Amino acid sequence: MTISVPDPSQKHQRREHALMLALVSPALLVILALIVLPVGWLGWQSIYHDGFTLENYRRVFTEDIYWRSFALTFEISLVVTGIALLLGYPVAYLANSMPKGWSILILSLVVLPFWTSVLVRAYAWLALLQRTGVINQLLRYLDVTGEPLALVHNTFGTVVATVHILLPFMVLPLYATMQKIPSDLMQAGASLGASPSLTFARVFLPLSLPGVLAGCTMVFVLCLGFYITPELLGGGRTVMVSMLVSRNVELYNQFGAASAVAVVLLVSVLAIFAVASRFISLDRILGQK
Amino acid sequence: MTRLSPARIALYAVSALVLVYLILPVLIIAPISFSSARFLTFPPPSFSLRWYQQYFSNSAWMQATRVTLTVALLTVVIATPLGVAAAYAINQSKLRIMRLIHMMLLLPLVVPIIITAVGIFFLYAKVGLVATLPGLVLANVMLGLPYVIISVLAGLQSFDPAQEMVARSLGMNRLRSFFAVTLPQIKSSVVAGGIFAFISAMDETIVALFISGGQYQPLTKRMFTALRDEIDPTIAAISTLMTAASFMLVLLASARQRKGA
Repeated sequence: MTISVPDPSQKHQRREHALMLALVSPALLVILALIVLPVGWLGWQSIYHDGFTLENYRRVFTEDIYWRSFALTFEISLVVTGIALLLGYPVAYLANSMPKGWSILILSLVVLPFWTSVLVRAYAWLALLQRTGVINQLLRYLDVTGEPLALVHNTFGTVVATVHILLPFMVLPLYATMQKIPSDLMQAGASLGASPSLTFARVFLPLSLPGVLAGCTMVFVLCLGFYITPELLGGGRTVMVSMLVSRNVELYNQFGAASAVAVVLLVSVLAIFAVASRFISLDRILGQK
Repeated sequence: MTRLSPARIALYAVSALVLVYLILPVLIIAPISFSSARFLTFPPPSFSLRWYQQYFSNSAWMQATRVTLTVALLTVVIATPLGVAAAYAINQSKLRIMRLIHMMLLLPLVVPIIITAVGIFFLYAKVGLVATLPGLVLANVMLGLPYVIISVLAGLQSFDPAQEMVARSLGMNRLRSFFAVTLPQIKSSVVAGGIFAFISAMDETIVALFISGGQYQPLTKRMFTALRDEIDPTIAAISTLMTAASFMLVLLASARQRKGA
């Protein structure tokens, strides 16, 4: 039989571990109580109402109103992601290829709206796009249109304002990735006789793809859960999933249905993150704020 | 200097248009807020402060402003120490489980906010925290924690932990050595994290829509309701003030970050 003598360094290490856990626990407690528990509760509520039931999920997957809302949300998110990529790539490319002062200026302009409340920006787009708004007045003044165009309270207005809010999430990861592409690779391409467009297509573009993936993942996922913008600019016709959740809670008191919709949305988001993280690290998607 | 190719010119033009698209909505609100017109006309017919006057003389708006400021300040006071302690532990500990804990602490950034909001609403309904100040503050502490943690972790990464060891070997206890050696060196990132938590609490809308009510409604909830009904230029005045406040805070935070860690 051996007598275990407590190893002082081991004891010290155990104290160290305990201290670190104690330090992290208040924050962890807040997170557990205010996001893990509530979301878990939603999951429970979606399958339990006086006994276990899958009725809520049956409704979500078979009833037209839910289906159409999910389809519309994915469609809008795809369109928004595509437009954000088309608009964001040139800006990131320019910021990457300019001298330092200029690129700082460009990036500041990209991040500036980021720190304006989403609500404030929804208001601004209403002011710009409504029938008597700035854009319509301008179009009338220039005699482009006789009748004011319906630019807001529809899907168009929602997309314009959503792209505006999510564009920084596209530009920043793109820029960060482009920064890591060594510029002598491009010079090597040129010295081997390739035209600038060929070097771009064969060298630069493929190397920037991780940034494209990170940006697209972030924009798509954020768009799936968007609430304020479609609610204020969609005119009630563009019912995205988030609005389905809130209406089921606030108007119809359908807590079970609301929970089921929330769970399906959350699972979609986590699945997209999981797939994306097979190709690029999650830090890369989340880290660049 | 390279010759300007047509592709380069196109790149400049497209980027300029995108930047205008990004900035225009931010800039359009201020002139509307200083306009005398009841309805949005651009350019504004004449300069006036009537919307600011309307904001400052309306007791409901003032009450909402007090709620917003109180909540944001309390959020910073609570979230900052919690976030600093957590970031310190994540940075120091070699425990395997810390990685998982780190990821969990960033959950508020991953879970769609509408889901968080509805979940908190159900929870608060059970425990009687709906339409209360503590309920609002707690929710914002949770939402603000990731900002503090990310900022402080970045600060800690450029700090050499051996310095704290030296202080301890010279006889300081752990707590004193943290406050005397570590904290001064990561101060900028702590302040920046606190400022981001403040802005996050000031701008938070969706959770407030579900859980706030009565006299404890923050500005954003009242703005949202007002925007759904009609476009009142008073909102432009409030938006201008909020935007100005955010920008000043961000400038402060980034100046801090550049100066120190």
